[in-house]
Amino acid sequence: MITREGWIRFGVVAALVAAFEAACRFGFIPRTVVIAPTEMVVSLWRLIESGEYNDDILSTLRNVLASSLLAVGLGFMTGVLIHALPRLRAAIEPLLASYYAIPTFMFYPVFIVVFGVGDRAIIAIAVLLSIVAMITSTLTGLDRIPRVLRKTARIYRMNLPARALLIDLPAAAPYLFTGIKLSFAYAFIGVIASEFILSGAGIGYSIAYTYNNFNNRNMYGLMLLVILVATIANTALDMIDRRLQTRLRR
Amino acid sequence: MKRSGDFIFLLIGLLLVWQGLHWLAGDIALTSPAQTFAHLGKLLATARFWEHVTETARAFSFAVLISLIGGVGLGALLGINRTSGTVSEPILIALYSLPKVTLYPLVLLCFGLGISAKVAFGAMHGLIPVAIFTMKAIMQIKPVFWRTAHAMRLTPRQMAMTVALPAVLPEVMSGARLGFSLTLLGVLIGEMFASQRGLGFMITAAMGLGDIATIMAVAVFLSIFAVGSNALLLMVDRAAPR
Repeated sequence: MITREGWIRFGVVAALVAAFEAACRFGFIPRTVVIAPTEMVVSLWRLIESGEYNDDILSTLRNVLASSLLAVGLGFMTGVLIHALPRLRAAIEPLLASYYAIPTFMFYPVFIVVFGVGDRAIIAIAVLLSIVAMITSTLTGLDRIPRVLRKTARIYRMNLPARALLIDLPAAAPYLFTGIKLSFAYAFIGVIASEFILSGAGIGYSIAYTYNNFNNRNMYGLMLLVILVATIANTALDMIDRRLQTRLRR
Repeated sequence: MKRSGDFIFLLIGLLLVWQGLHWLAGDIALTSPAQTFAHLGKLLATARFWEHVTETARAFSFAVLISLIGGVGLGALLGINRTSGTVSEPILIALYSLPKVTLYPLVLLCFGLGISAKVAFGAMHGLIPVAIFTMKAIMQIKPVFWRTAHAMRLTPRQMAMTVALPAVLPEVMSGARLGFSLTLLGVLIGEMFASQRGLGFMITAAMGLGDIATIMAVAVFLSIFAVGSNALLLMVDRAAPR
């Protein structure tokens, strides 16, 4: 079921891509700068078919998955811990609020020295970037559990594990999901950016490598891949998130 | 008073963790807080460091201006109409969560090496969140405000100044705060890849030399600047009359 806005949105995006294609084809944009979108698609298809970059693609996806899982798990636990200690929370909250002002990538070189060039340094920086989104979402989620549910739990004489599993977790779930969505987006950004700065494998590394070698065709194919994967994954998570949020309002 | 005391305890705790990590990782991997601040002090005394700071500040101020003015303009344009708002929101959100580093080669090919590429890259990071916040703020103005304004026969100018602006200001301010930080990040990442000057370049250069003391000193300098200006913006936001 697609709404009227959905159709307009589709039309706008299609028109933009078509205008871009025309600008490239008629030479308004030189081929040395950008290749036409259709050429990007062809290039991406060839890349996947030849399997030349399969290892890099898999390595990036693996790192994104590992760092989002770590960020979600650790962030959730840290959030629960901070929620349980109100004094610590009062002190730490201003720091959490301005955390994203800190350019975290500046610390990437330090991780390289500690872990060496490789997956571990990349995962560390991606976790550092995405964990705070999960912590703040966990805090919001635990704050928003309706008091009446806690009272109900007491009437049923639930013990702590039962209450946490049957009452707290489902009640906080929509907020936790927002955290998962944000963690994934930030982890993706973190992994690709780290690979760009210094690494020996991955999609980010391959894009930087093809750029340095003037291999525009492969570079734009890989760029298209990143854009497609990120957009599809983030849009899917966003749609689930919206559905959960509407259920919350009901 | 107790709260600020707790905050100081937290800062001391963070410094202790840092010191602990330093003992664990050793001198080569991570300098201690004392060493880092001493090195930062030394850097602050050199003219070269300030040249880099000025270069970054120049690119950053252009980029922030573009992000804020462009973002508010674009957000207002799209938010004023209900349909254009609903149509563009998912597109903007998709653009926002895209790893924009990927597009760096494209920016370089379009703008060439130098300050314009840095500014463009910073603005790319900052403009979209500002636009999203502004658009949402305008779309969420309560219809009753407009009806009241009509009933009072306000001119469009009065309507904008006395109704729309105060209603959207808090949201736009939070968007501006986010845009400010992200623009800084964008400019720095831009400098790390393709530049001969600026703090980002300093970090890449130090990375090549394995000079952890400089990396940590610059990173701490930037963190203090970022958190400080964020706190300042937050204070302005809170002090603004509602």
